[in-house]
Amino acid sequence: MLRALLLTLSVVAIAHAELCKPDAQNAFKVRISIKTALGDNAYVWDANEEYLFKAMVAFAMRRYSSKSTTQISNVLLCNVTDRVSFWFVVTDSSKNVTTVPGSEVEAAIRMNRNRINNAFLLSDKTLQFVKITTTLSPPVESSTPVWLIVFGVVLCLIVAGIVFLIISGIRKHKKKNKESTERENLEEKVEVTLENGIPCEALDIKAGHVNGVFAADDERFTSL
Amino acid sequence: MVEKAMEKSRPLWDNPLQFVFACISYAVGLGNVWRFPYLCQMYGGGGFLIPYLIMLIAEGMPLLYLELAVGQRMRQGSIGAWKIISPYLCGVGVASVVVSFFLSMYYNVINAWAFWYLFHSFQDPLPWATCPLNSNRTGYEEECEKTSSTQYFWYRQTLNISPSLEASGSVQWEQALCLTLAWLVVYLCILRGTASTGKVVYVTASLPYCVLIIYLIRGLTLHGAVNGLIYMFTPKLEQLLNPKTWISAATQIFFSLGLGFGSLIAFASYNEPSNNCQRHAIIVSLINSTTSIFASIVTFSIYGFKATFNYESCINKVILLLLNAFDLEEGSLTADNLNEMKDYLMATYPLEYAQLVPQIKNCSLEAELDTAVQGTGLAFIVYSEAIKNMEVPQLYSVLYFFMLLMLGIGSMLGNTAAILTPLTDSRAIASRFPKEVISGVVCFVNCIIGLIFTMEAGNYWFDIFNDYAATLSLLLIVLVETIAVCYIYGIRRFEKDLYTMIGHKPNWYWKIMWAFVSPLLIISLFIFYLTDYILTGTLQYQAWDATQGQLVTKDYPGYALAVIGLLVAASTMCIPLGALVTFIRKRLKREQISTVA
Repeated sequence: MLRALLLTLSVVAIAHAELCKPDAQNAFKVRISIKTALGDNAYVWDANEEYLFKAMVAFAMRRYSSKSTTQISNVLLCNVTDRVSFWFVVTDSSKNVTTVPGSEVEAAIRMNRNRINNAFLLSDKTLQFVKITTTLSPPVESSTPVWLIVFGVVLCLIVAGIVFLIISGIRKHKKKNKESTERENLEEKVEVTLENGIPCEALDIKAGHVNGVFAADDERFTSL
Repeated sequence: MVEKAMEKSRPLWDNPLQFVFACISYAVGLGNVWRFPYLCQMYGGGGFLIPYLIMLIAEGMPLLYLELAVGQRMRQGSIGAWKIISPYLCGVGVASVVVSFFLSMYYNVINAWAFWYLFHSFQDPLPWATCPLNSNRTGYEEECEKTSSTQYFWYRQTLNISPSLEASGSVQWEQALCLTLAWLVVYLCILRGTASTGKVVYVTASLPYCVLIIYLIRGLTLHGAVNGLIYMFTPKLEQLLNPKTWISAATQIFFSLGLGFGSLIAFASYNEPSNNCQRHAIIVSLINSTTSIFASIVTFSIYGFKATFNYESCINKVILLLLNAFDLEEGSLTADNLNEMKDYLMATYPLEYAQLVPQIKNCSLEAELDTAVQGTGLAFIVYSEAIKNMEVPQLYSVLYFFMLLMLGIGSMLGNTAAILTPLTDSRAIASRFPKEVISGVVCFVNCIIGLIFTMEAGNYWFDIFNDYAATLSLLLIVLVETIAVCYIYGIRRFEKDLYTMIGHKPNWYWKIMWAFVSPLLIISLFIFYLTDYILTGTLQYQAWDATQGQLVTKDYPGYALAVIGLLVAASTMCIPLGALVTFIRKRLKREQISTVA
């Protein structure tokens, strides 16, 4: 009796060893970086964590295929290293000593990735299923790009400033014109032309040629 | 017959401080931030300061004083001022206006880019922090993977650059909008002439310093900043023997002060005649150089931070690679024991290690620091990369791009003043149109032409304008200016003018610099540039290759070379043409007078 039990156990163990080994068919490698993710709050990876992992994979398989046949004992872990990394396979209890196809396992894990990550307080990068690519979350995009809103605000301010300055300039011009026409009507216009603060009259006595060579139109007289 | 000079009193600055701020705002521009640190790095670190300061004294201060004095004395824009010095030199003024026109065409595009980045800084996370996802959401965009997210944001999402100059592409409406906004801002600032410009320069001159101080404090406290500072300030004195060092120092001083554009003459023409422009010239040139050095301290602490960050990421990647390959425990490989562990692993697992060797990069801090960048690459790629890794990146991003805007707009005010002052001085135009309309037309024309730079190949045209529109022409213009004042107008007459303006004659230092040293320096710079152009043969440019994710060198096509030739010729030919036209006019007048008499 005992011998039969031992025999079956050893057969099962060998079968398991056959099924779960690095690069076996339908086996996946998992890499966990607890210290990178949690720093000082890092927990130690021990047999309990492995049990949780098996439970999560079984959970994922159950959710995916909606048949409650996958047990924790169906998930086999092997080659655990210090890294922490290991290989796992999911066996099918209905068909003896075979593994669930890799595509099913991959799809199940993909579907429940978030739950698995959260169970271990890790993320997509720190709980890495080698060969299972993650669907990256798209960045949040608002309906109107933010930059257009800021642009619109600044544009309105600038245009308002320009319009204000132009209108006040036109008003000032009109006021000046009105004042100057009033003055014309009141008194005789005394034109005082100034050159560098000196009335031209004082300088304009000579009536003669301006020497064209020196472009004297613009000749400035030095101030006193 | 004597014409009555019916002149409204010339608008003046409210106080001398406005004038100084205007000059500082104009001279302290983007070149101080993105060109000087690069030169410092290339030509000997701390040792570069020696040729830089020597050139400042030999070239910068005297030429600045000369231009300010001419403007203040003649009280006209560049065309009028040089006409007074000698009627045959009106071409110099026209050449200045033409160069300023070219400059304002392309310079405002930088402000448009600064606006673009500024508006995009109001997001979390910053859009250049991560790569966008590809179409089936399994990874990142291919182009972004090959290069970095900041380079991708610049080349693809900002410029949408085409692979070469020939592929013009279409106008990017987002950039066109930003360019229009930039021109509206400039119009708002110059609308009322000195009344509005005078108030604006208080802001544009002082705000960049506030931001630089904030960045200095932030930069010095960043992790790894010290590496950058040590790298920059260790003098490599052997570079002093390299003639390129001295030429770069002279060129930098020359272009940094903005000589020859006519902006300084325009600003000084709005001064009181008794303004002490000698003191102001010294103050402005010293502040300009100090700002360059200050900005390079900030830039190098940022460089150091970025280089250290990249170096540590590189090391972490190598560590992760080794941990994963050999299933070692986390934390067993650190940056300190990496080299010993690499040797140990190579000895224990020679085969597997040999397989990994092509993937293991040799991380080097020096290599990261050595990537010297200048120009738009520095301002928009390197800085945004450093900013995205800081805490509260949105705040620093907004501050930084706002500072770039202030620097750019300050310089634009000077450029537009150089174009507008001669136009408003000329009675033919000023009597018919109010100055608001003239400013508006100038801004509008520049904006329309500037749309070229918003096309997909726009950045390549920008580089053409940046490299060739102002370089040779300015050297020639300033050379003619100096010779004109010293030898045609006469240095004794100029001395007397200065005496009447500021109350004392310039001492022997100024006279020697004006008469001999500065012209000789400019001639040697000119000869160097010409020989450089001739020796390099075909001119080439850097084009962005999207498939490789990096810049590649290409030759300019024929029509681009023609445009370059036109740019240089358009301004330099004005000088002899102006003299010729004046000569012909006088001949005709003399014949007229002689026939009448």
